[in-house]
Amino acid sequence: MHTPSRAAIPARHLRTDRWWLAPATTAAGLLAFIVYSTWRAFANADYYSAPYVSPFYSPCLAENCHTMRGGPNWEIFGSWWGLSPALLILIFPLGFRLTCYYYRKAYYRGFWASPPACAVAEPHKKYTGETRFPLILQNIHRYFFYFAVLVAGVLTYDTVLTFRDEHYAWGHMGLGSLVFLANIVLIWAYTLSCHSCRHIVGGRLRHFSKHPVRYRLWGWIGKLNERHMLLAWSSLISVALADFYVFLLASGAFADPRFF
Amino acid sequence: MAHVDRQTWDVVVVGAGGAGLRAAIEAREAGMRTAVICKSLFGKAHTVMAEGGIAASMGNANEHDNWQVHFRDTMRGGKFLNHWRMAELHAREAPDRVWELETWGALFDRTPDGRISQRNFGGHEYPRLAHVGDRTGLELIRTLQQKIVSLQQEDEKEFGAYDARLKVFQECTVTRVLTESKSGSATGSGKVSGTFCYERESGRFFVLEAPAVVLATGGIGKSFKVTSNSWEYTGDGHALALLAGAPLINMEFVQFHPTGMVWPPSVKGILVTESVRGDGGVLRNSDGKRFMFGYIPDVFKEKYAETEDEGDRWYEDPDHNRRPPELLPRDEVARAINAEVKAGRGSPHGGVFLDVSTRMPAEVIKRRLPSMHHQFKELADVDITAEPMEVGPTCHYVMGGVDVDPDTAAATGVPGLFAAGEVAGGMHGSNRLGGNSLSDLLVFGRRAGLYAAEYVTGLTARPAADPLQIDAAEAEALRPFSAEGEEREGAADRGPAENPYTLHQELQQAMNDLVGIIRKESEMFEALKRLADLRVRARRAGVEGHRQYNPGWHLAIDLRNMLLVSECVARAALEREESRGGHTRDDHPAMDRSWRNINLVCELADPQGDARAADPSLGQIRLARRETPPIRRDLLELFEKDELAKYLTDEELTR
Amino acid sequence: MTEQQTAQHVAEQPGASGAYQAHFRVWRGDTDGGALSDFTVEVHEGEVVLDIIHRLQATQAPDLAVRWNCKAGKCGSCSAEINGRPRLMCMTRMSVFERTETITVTPMRAFPVVRDLVTDVSFNYAKAREIPAFVPPPELGPGEYRMQQEDVGRSQEFRKCIECFLCQDTCHVVRDHEENKAAFAGPRFLMRIAELDMHPLDAAPESGIDRKRTAQDEHGLGYCNITKCCTEVCPEHIKITDNALIPLKERAADRKYDPLVWLGNKIRRRTE
Repeated sequence: MHTPSRAAIPARHLRTDRWWLAPATTAAGLLAFIVYSTWRAFANADYYSAPYVSPFYSPCLAENCHTMRGGPNWEIFGSWWGLSPALLILIFPLGFRLTCYYYRKAYYRGFWASPPACAVAEPHKKYTGETRFPLILQNIHRYFFYFAVLVAGVLTYDTVLTFRDEHYAWGHMGLGSLVFLANIVLIWAYTLSCHSCRHIVGGRLRHFSKHPVRYRLWGWIGKLNERHMLLAWSSLISVALADFYVFLLASGAFADPRFF
Repeated sequence: MAHVDRQTWDVVVVGAGGAGLRAAIEAREAGMRTAVICKSLFGKAHTVMAEGGIAASMGNANEHDNWQVHFRDTMRGGKFLNHWRMAELHAREAPDRVWELETWGALFDRTPDGRISQRNFGGHEYPRLAHVGDRTGLELIRTLQQKIVSLQQEDEKEFGAYDARLKVFQECTVTRVLTESKSGSATGSGKVSGTFCYERESGRFFVLEAPAVVLATGGIGKSFKVTSNSWEYTGDGHALALLAGAPLINMEFVQFHPTGMVWPPSVKGILVTESVRGDGGVLRNSDGKRFMFGYIPDVFKEKYAETEDEGDRWYEDPDHNRRPPELLPRDEVARAINAEVKAGRGSPHGGVFLDVSTRMPAEVIKRRLPSMHHQFKELADVDITAEPMEVGPTCHYVMGGVDVDPDTAAATGVPGLFAAGEVAGGMHGSNRLGGNSLSDLLVFGRRAGLYAAEYVTGLTARPAADPLQIDAAEAEALRPFSAEGEEREGAADRGPAENPYTLHQELQQAMNDLVGIIRKESEMFEALKRLADLRVRARRAGVEGHRQYNPGWHLAIDLRNMLLVSECVARAALEREESRGGHTRDDHPAMDRSWRNINLVCELADPQGDARAADPSLGQIRLARRETPPIRRDLLELFEKDELAKYLTDEELTR
Repeated sequence: MTEQQTAQHVAEQPGASGAYQAHFRVWRGDTDGGALSDFTVEVHEGEVVLDIIHRLQATQAPDLAVRWNCKAGKCGSCSAEINGRPRLMCMTRMSVFERTETITVTPMRAFPVVRDLVTDVSFNYAKAREIPAFVPPPELGPGEYRMQQEDVGRSQEFRKCIECFLCQDTCHVVRDHEENKAAFAGPRFLMRIAELDMHPLDAAPESGIDRKRTAQDEHGLGYCNITKCCTEVCPEHIKITDNALIPLKERAADRKYDPLVWLGNKIRRRTE
């Protein structure tokens, strides 16, 4: 931006490095996920292959859900719901990630170019940030965090259920169990490393010394929080992989190798 | 000149470091309309470079500590040349000044019971330095800056303007302290009437009329080539005092900090904090030997460890072991390093090794010495957690300065002129202890502000700024623009214009080589000759361009101050035929008790004009000797007789 | 400076054999306009960009304006933009560049220019005055403050700030939108609010100042879209976004968008 009092430098930026690489990669990665997840969410098929349920469809809350014995499917939405049951539940992880402090940075930079990179001028004439509707809604991140914890709890349950076999008998473990295990660890790590979580656990305190347990928790979550970006991406990839694994099994393209 | 803008204030504080800001706060709280004027931006003063801490005997880390012990350490560090009353006031008041900072929002490191943590430092008997990691100076400046802002917020509420009673004129330079003319002459030394200043940004001149001026401009290090001091340290306050008619004392005592960076060349001289040694760092030569054990002087023999084991035990158990000799006062360590390097046992870049990497785990180093870790990593590409640093002496501090009244900080001979902090002399004697600087700034900054306010309140009439002086000051400041090719009257002025940068480099080289850490009579004669030559050439220092933010012009103006101060250092150093603290004579290596109570006083030789400045055969400075008043009996009794006998003459002891 | 003086200057530097000629483009001008000027200048081993600017001053452009002070990354005076990135000139080593690279140095672009590399940073001082100062607890006298290290740690991180204003310069909220300057305090001063709000003894709440709420209502916290450029450029490596701005946003959310917290506070106050 140039104003009469600022140094008259016409160039939008003078960076000589490949500053566009990071936002371009981010945008490409997010786009790929959006395309994949949209296809899978609307597909309403190939999301269950006992004992594995795709994380996109769990908990499954509609009457039209695949029967999953012992699985997290509750028929809260009756037969009138004709769309994919994934849409009912994906709102929550989507909202959590959409309002996440890391993803905000990623898409503000990658999609909205606000700014595209540091010290590179943004193309917009006006900017009001998160001061007004709709972006002021970013402030409700913590509610999505609460829901994200519930969803992570359900996915943990799903992971436990992967230790049953296709006839619902306990004492099974397949490659899919490992995939689910890796996914749920990353989901939890991402969820707990959330800035809102850090704030709720201890950040809002004024005197850490009076709350030693919360202080220690705050410290741990702070350590995780430093890797929030890494966890955001790895859990995003792992959840897509877990879903894809179920897709491969359910569509019969692949058989789950068993360990026992 | 009539068109020079004039403003009226009650107190003008020159310098916005620790002392200046503290003085301004005190004057403003005493009801004075106070102006602060500084060369840099507000909050960037050289005080930010102070790392180790603020010495104050709060007794948080060791309950045996009290002001008497602190006083004793200060006197010992200064080799008893200190003005004892200043050392006393300093030791007594330092704790209050530190505690007060907390009420303004400072956040020092804490002890387990929640009090201010205190660390060890060279020359201090107990852990005494309140600190924040190794960025204590930054904390001090920021706290004072924010206190000023908070006072301005009060004024905004009351008067609708932040600047109503306390204003900071940033990026401005004072070139003259104006005084009421005594006999109609241009440079009479009557009462203070204000300051002549220019804005660095625009080059615009202005006058602040005020009956009291507090000098708090810091030191003179920029006259030396290897220095830890920033560009601001051109001895401005020292020179302003001299030119206004106030004498300087103890100018021969210049502290060379033992540990400055020696590589890369562009950062040569930048400080490596003493806390590195206070926290366990050791000095080694190229043979890997901890050489300091061989350099403990007799006067300190009983106080320092004789073996490495004992020294190492001291960090854990200071009550039953003596401290390692790496923590001797700065002058001793600097000389030892100098000697090791000269003997060929130095490091590759001409220093010695300072090692913490083998003494502490990497995380501890990063936590306790974060900015050192950062500084070496970023500037020298050295990881201090894995390899030793290379260090060598660097010009750090001038003990000498404006001769002041110990209680009121009022400068001798010029009513209304005050000085506090590094620019004032006497407090530190021949050598300053680490950590005593920040406390000095606060204790005497406050006193200067307080007594300046008292002085102003007691005046019946305000001295008027003399238009002749203003004209003269303006002409002086503009001189560099007309220097080129001009033929002036008087032979000495003739010749081509000189580049101020070149002159500055030559001055720094001369002072470093000839009046540096080890001094010889012949070299100082040579120095005086070169200074005289530079002085004549400096009158032809010319600059191009215009007055708006012109660094060459600023330097040309500052050269006057550096030359004046350098001459003081050289003349006083030549006169004092002994070695003591920050003054080491190769030809007089011993400390001489008969010199202890002698102060060398520097005055302007020709206060009425600048004839002597133009003549290379003369100097601008006249020296006089003066005896210090005898130390008060109750203070003397704080020392053992044996120890006093090392410093005081038999006659003084029996008195 | 004449040629022999330059030569003398070179000879003084150890390792002068490693010297090479570098290409610099430095913005020169003032509010009336300006342009990038080309220079070829000598560089020695171990030097930083500020050394080169000083060499230009001493040899080719004596009136080249540059603001600097400590030259050790402690005072935050020599902020500028080097190859388009906001940095301290004294902390940018020449060894990070290719020898053949042209190095472009411009003044900070978010602030009015004074001359050459010097900008008018008064915006920041004005903002500093708008943040209510530390409020000392009335019941404690000097020397009576007791604070635990873990309670001061957070604010201490923010007090490492050297006020170089690079974060203010890089923040697109004001860099790209001059009109936002009135409403937005900038990362440095939002961090100052966070510092005071986390101070264990700040008595602002008792004196009726709600720092959390005013951060959003008066100092423009909502403008921040946490794109982290402030953290990226901070020479003190303060985690401005993660440790100050986001926690401050969460604290503001406590006040304004969280009925649970609001209800909890109401109940607790009633039972006290």
